[in-house]
Amino acid sequence: MSATHTIVNLPDQRTATLPKRNYLNNEDGLLSWLFTGDHKRIAILYLISITFFFFIGGAFAGLIRLELLTPQPDLVASDTYNKFFSMHGIIMIFLFLVPSVPATLGNFLIPIMIGAKDLAFPKVNLLSWYLYWIGGLFTMAALVLGGVDTGWTFTTPLSTHYLNTHVVTAATGVFIIGFSSIFTGLNFIVTIHRMRAPGMTWFRMPLFCWSNYAASILMVLGTPVLAITLVLVALERLVGIGVFDPTKGGDPLLFQHLFWFYSHPAVYIMILPGMGVISEVISTFSRKRVFGYTAVAFSSVAIALFGFFVWAHHMFIMGVSNYSALVFSLLTMLVAVPSAIKIFNWAFTLQKGSITFETPMLYAFGFLGLFTIGGMTGVFLGALGMDIHLTETYFIVAHFHFVMVGGMLMAFLAGIHFWWPKMTGRMYPESLSKLAAVTTFIGFNLTFLPQFILGYLGMPRRYHAYPPEFQVLNVLSTAGATVLGVGYMLPLLYLGWSLKYGAIAGNNPWQATGLEWQIQSPPLTENFIETPVVDHEAYDYEWLAHKTAQEVTTVG
Amino acid sequence: MHISPVLWQFLVKWLNASALFPREASTIAPYADALYFFLLLITVVGLVLVGVLVFGFSIRYRKEKHPVAVQVEGSTLLEATWTIIPLALFLIVFVWGALLYFRIYNPPTNAMNIYVVGKQWMWKAEHPGGQHEINALHVPTGRPVQLTMISQDVFHSFSIPDFRVKREVIPGRYSTVWFQATTPGTYHIFCTQYCGTNHSAMIGEVTVLSPDDYDKWTQESTSGMSLAQNGERLFASMGCNACHSGSAAARGPNLAGVYGSKLQLASGSQVLVNDAYLRDSILNPSQHITAGYAPIMPTYQGQISEDGLIDLVEYIKAMQNNYRVQQTLTTSQSNQAAPTTPGTVKP
Ligand code: HEM
Ligand SMILES: [Cu+2]
Repeated sequence: MSATHTIVNLPDQRTATLPKRNYLNNEDGLLSWLFTGDHKRIAILYLISITFFFFIGGAFAGLIRLELLTPQPDLVASDTYNKFFSMHGIIMIFLFLVPSVPATLGNFLIPIMIGAKDLAFPKVNLLSWYLYWIGGLFTMAALVLGGVDTGWTFTTPLSTHYLNTHVVTAATGVFIIGFSSIFTGLNFIVTIHRMRAPGMTWFRMPLFCWSNYAASILMVLGTPVLAITLVLVALERLVGIGVFDPTKGGDPLLFQHLFWFYSHPAVYIMILPGMGVISEVISTFSRKRVFGYTAVAFSSVAIALFGFFVWAHHMFIMGVSNYSALVFSLLTMLVAVPSAIKIFNWAFTLQKGSITFETPMLYAFGFLGLFTIGGMTGVFLGALGMDIHLTETYFIVAHFHFVMVGGMLMAFLAGIHFWWPKMTGRMYPESLSKLAAVTTFIGFNLTFLPQFILGYLGMPRRYHAYPPEFQVLNVLSTAGATVLGVGYMLPLLYLGWSLKYGAIAGNNPWQATGLEWQIQSPPLTENFIETPVVDHEAYDYEWLAHKTAQEVTTVG
Repeated sequence: MHISPVLWQFLVKWLNASALFPREASTIAPYADALYFFLLLITVVGLVLVGVLVFGFSIRYRKEKHPVAVQVEGSTLLEATWTIIPLALFLIVFVWGALLYFRIYNPPTNAMNIYVVGKQWMWKAEHPGGQHEINALHVPTGRPVQLTMISQDVFHSFSIPDFRVKREVIPGRYSTVWFQATTPGTYHIFCTQYCGTNHSAMIGEVTVLSPDDYDKWTQESTSGMSLAQNGERLFASMGCNACHSGSAAARGPNLAGVYGSKLQLASGSQVLVNDAYLRDSILNPSQHITAGYAPIMPTYQGQISEDGLIDLVEYIKAMQNNYRVQQTLTTSQSNQAAPTTPGTVKP
């Protein structure tokens, strides 16, 4: 494909400059950032923070894979290995995946997309970033003081009675981070309800807002349960209240119920905002309304609501009664349906489009493939008898990495590339970014496809050493992880480079319809000088063509 | 339920040779694999379908070919199609998976029982005849074997991949799993629930023997005392027989024949006496007062190990074993004997 086919219509690079006044240069100095109430600046703060934690979590992933290169426990001692995967899980889940899209892209875009000047509670928004960091520091403290080896699940009685590591410190960290996500969720819900511009009805709202709205419901309703569970763990550990202790009449299965009551919805907190990104990207680069907009919008909400009723599918082998297992399996099959609907809706959005293959689109295609595999392997695990064999093996590891890393991280990268010109006013280098997308996709599959086979062969997860017959597949997986690591490093480098040297992007490099593309890049602190009045649907390309033609005639 | 033998044998033989597939060493394994292949099939079909749509549309409607997009609202018919077909497929998977689950977790009534205690970081198996093994388990082919498992500390999980069975081993309650091995050989036992430092070293080996070899093994490795005999000794040394002497004047109820019966409690409710009930009433006697007796039994919490409890339970069972209580996962609250599933019984 030659460069002339790209749809990017950049301003003339010899004369173009960034807008003189924008949210980045509006005020100077570190303090103006640390005390900002601007949702866009907070988004940038989050972006830097989660990137930092992502690479720390990634370093642990690298160490894990390196250890698993050989069947012998030769790189580190088992305690150390256990701390590695615990830190990897805790950091990736709570400090990266949960806040990733909502706190960065959501924060930046939701007010603009609905035509508002900021979120409903700017100070709460800033507070939630500080809570994120306080929680992050507790987690880091647990790490620096010697680590924690509970796994990210904090399972009792292991965590409460049998470990001498920094469980309470790490749990405190997660507890605090939880409030950060509750506040973000609340802020989004109130903003979307109360601050839409005139004419921005619910059904003119971009799907990105819908999916973040759905995720926010989950954050607000689910996270308190996690908080309670962690408090109980801490109390059990510190004063031995005994709610989870069978010798005191408590029940360790209660912990499992409480924990998964949060953690299952949490996976939807992680994936739903990513789905929103995919809707935006696919629509823009095929220049079409999302096929079955209403179905896609409602399926987000359906996933959110049904997501609360399937937690026990993490416990099929743990002694839920056979009959409740039946119910939870059935409900699990039912929540799989809205995801399937979305995949086909995205695919059919391409039909009769006018498609170009920009970097965000490549990531979105990657998402479609990986998320389909991730979703279908979820059906394996929802099927009762099959789950018995597969659960707690590498099949699980592969499954959730396909959904969360293959799905969510692909979506995150798609979104970052897509909105990068808006956030920074500059373009990233085209061919490098495509290379990164392809590298990530290949590396990802090489890493995690072998793990499905390992899982069916029976290799348990969280194993530091393993029987030698599993080695070949583990070596493949480690090789893949190396490629994947390169795929993740590339954007870090060229996006950093583009901040200074990237081409000036102009307001609407993709010719997209969203309100965020109708304002300058980077935006003004107040987003809109006048509150916009919305008179068209989301993804209305005819409106856009009309508008552009008008602008041309007025200018000419 | 039968699986087409010829094609199946061929497929499985071929896969077993490829080392990408676990051995099929129990009667359950072929059933699990059948569902696995069905799931793989629909996954591949789904993936190909999505791939064909995405690549097909990308080629057909790329900008060079199709410069102006045609706006489409959606299509109720299409959307209904891709709602109903996945739903139907998932419901098939649900029913199939549920049937398999019941097959795997409902032990046949004639299964031989072996106890397993999980602890950081080893598996202890105890055969009723008194054979003890650590990180090892010997079982015969062709006989259903039921494991009654409990953890002494944290969650563990007992998994034999080549049998396609696994069950969580939980502190404070008995859980069970059963299988019928088909092929002599040795297979991995894994602990699959993360249980602390040496989790990955909590590996054992199940040795499947032909029935004759198994009999030989039991004779050679007996400690001379069966579990019930150990239990009898404990029963005397812990002072149980002072009250449960069986005589009419005794202060506690006679335990002979109590196992498997329904007991009238002082609280008015009835319980089924199973392993879990016996264990629980030794540890928390005040919560299970048999009608007609005073709440005078002391608790033995902290005085008897899980192994000791197993011995006592075996002894009480052996006092007069009128019928076997079939159990899948038992707490002292489960007062229903699981229904027998005729399809799974192979005497
Ligand atoms: C190069 C990329 C990655 C590699 C090679 C990798 C590798 C692994 C491995 C081998 C495990 C299993 C540990 C075990 O069960 O013994 C694991 C667990 C996990 N990974 Fe990753 N990972 C990668 C990236 C990620 C990313 C990007 C995320 C999240 C965004 C993530 C989230 C998790 C989570 C939540 C767990 C579960 C931890 C636990 O079992 O406690 N991983 N990862
Ligand atoms: Cu274990």
